[in-house]
Amino acid sequence: MQAPDTPAFVEMTGVTKHYAGVTALDGVDFTVHPGEAICLAGENGSGKSTLIKILSGVEPASDGEIRIGGELMTGHTPRDATAAGVLVIFQDFSLFPNLSVAENIAFANELTEGRRIYSRRHARAVAQRMLHRIGVDIPLNAKLETLPVAHKQLVAICRALACEARLIIMDEPTTALTGKEVTVLLDIIRVLKEQGVAVIFVSHKLAEVLAVSERVVVLRNGKKVAEGDAAEFDAASLTRHMTGRDVAEASPGAFDGSGEMLLSVENLQKQGSFRDISFSMQTGEVLGITGLLGSGRTSLAKALFGLVAPDSGRIVVDGEEVPLGDPIASAEARIGYVPEDRLTEGLFLTQSILRNVAVGRLQEHERNGFLDLRGLVDEAADWLTRLKVKTPSITAPVQSLSGGNQQRVALARWMARAPRLLILNGPSVGVDVGSKAEIHDIIRDLGHQGLGVIVISDDLPELLATCHRILVMKGGAMTDEFAGGKISEDVLSQKLTS
Amino acid sequence: MSGSGSRTEMTLSQAPEFRLAIIAVLVFALMAVLSPDRFLSAQNLTSMAFQFPEFAILALAMTITMTTGGIDLSVVGVANLSAVIAAAILTSLAGPEATGIVAVMWLAVALVASLAVGAAAGFFNGILVTRLGLPPILATLGSGLVFTGFAVAMTGGSAVMGFPDIVSVIGNSTIWFVPVPLILFAVLAIALHILLTRTGFGLRVTMYGANPLAALYAAIDIDRILLRVYVIAGMFSAVAGMVIMSRANSAKADYGSSYLLLAVLIAVLGGVNPYGGYGRVIGVVLAVLSMQFLSSGLNMLQVSNFARELIWGALLLLVMVINTTNWAGLRAGRKPAKTG
Repeated sequence: MQAPDTPAFVEMTGVTKHYAGVTALDGVDFTVHPGEAICLAGENGSGKSTLIKILSGVEPASDGEIRIGGELMTGHTPRDATAAGVLVIFQDFSLFPNLSVAENIAFANELTEGRRIYSRRHARAVAQRMLHRIGVDIPLNAKLETLPVAHKQLVAICRALACEARLIIMDEPTTALTGKEVTVLLDIIRVLKEQGVAVIFVSHKLAEVLAVSERVVVLRNGKKVAEGDAAEFDAASLTRHMTGRDVAEASPGAFDGSGEMLLSVENLQKQGSFRDISFSMQTGEVLGITGLLGSGRTSLAKALFGLVAPDSGRIVVDGEEVPLGDPIASAEARIGYVPEDRLTEGLFLTQSILRNVAVGRLQEHERNGFLDLRGLVDEAADWLTRLKVKTPSITAPVQSLSGGNQQRVALARWMARAPRLLILNGPSVGVDVGSKAEIHDIIRDLGHQGLGVIVISDDLPELLATCHRILVMKGGAMTDEFAGGKISEDVLSQKLTS
Repeated sequence: MSGSGSRTEMTLSQAPEFRLAIIAVLVFALMAVLSPDRFLSAQNLTSMAFQFPEFAILALAMTITMTTGGIDLSVVGVANLSAVIAAAILTSLAGPEATGIVAVMWLAVALVASLAVGAAAGFFNGILVTRLGLPPILATLGSGLVFTGFAVAMTGGSAVMGFPDIVSVIGNSTIWFVPVPLILFAVLAIALHILLTRTGFGLRVTMYGANPLAALYAAIDIDRILLRVYVIAGMFSAVAGMVIMSRANSAKADYGSSYLLLAVLIAVLGGVNPYGGYGRVIGVVLAVLSMQFLSSGLNMLQVSNFARELIWGALLLLVMVINTTNWAGLRAGRKPAKTG
């Protein structure tokens, strides 16, 4: 119900955000009416997270006007936003795992009400009232960490309600839910809307929340590229607006089996993360591994590079067993790993672009401890050129680059080491649409050069566009395997969540 | 490529070392104006050149640990422990009457022993930081007390005296008018500069300091790097201990207790990032000079020792505030975060 007669709860006009050299948001207008559900769609790097950060006071806008509840906000903080009734539920929920359900729900409320002394009875009463409001039943005394993901999410919703939320922003609300849990969530959203609470879904897969939404707003490269009634959109048109392309990238098809045996993983096991993982792959093959948040995909990726020590099992590369839990031995076995989080794990942000590449090749350019600087620099510069890193100067700090170029720098470091097996975890997270397609080209090309590539991602179109084979993980186990070109995104998505 | 690379990006006036050079010149000029006859006298200038190497060498030890994002608060403890052990060798085995080749031999033994003590103490720190995963600030605070405690236990807290005459060569003689302590400092400073900028080890040290997690993901052997860093810091401290011992002509468990703060202050003033990832020896050398000019000047102006400690402490805080405040950010709003 878009209700033009009722005043908008949130009104953002011409909101712009510049980060060092990058325009993340460019003059975006965005309104939310009470009781309205909006899909805020966009690919990684489209600016949707930035918009949310600005609305919730985490980041200041560079330009533009923000009104919440009719009041002009200038330089508001997350506290101000909360007080105004704008609450964000992040993908990881930001709850306290060691506290009870009641404590988690009532915690923020205790703070906003300015209570200085914690009352257990009061907390339980608040929690009970909120759970009742959304019509669910979760034991109040249960420790949060013992709950399934879906219940944690409901606790997070209740906590937002306890703060008298008038707008709840949900970041990727369905990524960790099964199909049935999504249905439950949608029912609760309907209840919230009836109570006048507005909801924004922030996601790159929105088909499932389209059903309860009134309006869709699509961002691409920091600009609003589409807005309209949810009824006018379907999965295909959403994708088109998000990517700016009509057709998905073509699948490389199934692997032709022409390579040599490269990697075999046998019964790899890690208590609480993954169990009984066995698979093998050949040179030239691009293998995808996917799964929901918490399926064990990232732990497995780290274990393959020795960053996590499995309890048992074997990893064999080129016929030689690789010691478990030792990244240095893994690198010596010519395994490379490009981590998911470039900013904290992948790159040395304050150091030069050149150094970020060269750090992988120090050993080879060392004579009696002294570096052959010329050789090191030339080689790194060569790789930066080959991967088309766009920068005015390779001695600039790597943090001055855009997400796509940063990812190329991380890739260049490992490619310079001539790996046999390259593990890419979330290769296009936080990368703009154009760069994303180019990174996919690089991945396919790595396969053609005879490397084994493992792509770990929850971005299904990405996997479909780059992988010869896709393995699905669920609850720590491998549950399905599909050949490339023989499966659609819908089927794959169902296999993930069923 | 490293340092020289980033230098090409900044114009000279933007480099932190340029600011430091100006500060050093300004302090020198100020003191020269306030007390021209005494500050500019040849006697004062040589006296300064004999004085500063003691704490300047400790500042170099601080620099390498700070570049990793760590710190070594045990430098003075290591210096005194190694000096006490060297002094024990020089007094009980050589004795004050030793001369000629015998004295030189015992001096060599004492020097080797003190370096070994420094290396062992640094290795101990390194184990605490790597294998046991203690935060460097706490690990070295504790180990520093342990080292000092050993020195007290060995000496009963009193000074060890009665060295052969040759010992004074380290701290009090000159070669071609250049004080030997100054030569020692120059050699160590150049060695550290080369180590940090021209070797794979040095680059790994800086990269680890810039982002320890990324260093792990880049398959750098972190433990080995850190262990070596603390061993080097320990050995530098031992050299400082030898200079102190020679200049005082004695060794004592609590010599140079004000040097710890001074060493930290100089490293930070010299532009070493206390969070790791940036440290240049040239900056530290300039900071050493500024501090010595200031110290001598204050001395001549008859400022009390207690006031001087106050000034050092305040200066340390001031430099940290200036260096860590994001001035551009203060104007524009808050700190930038990653894009979404």
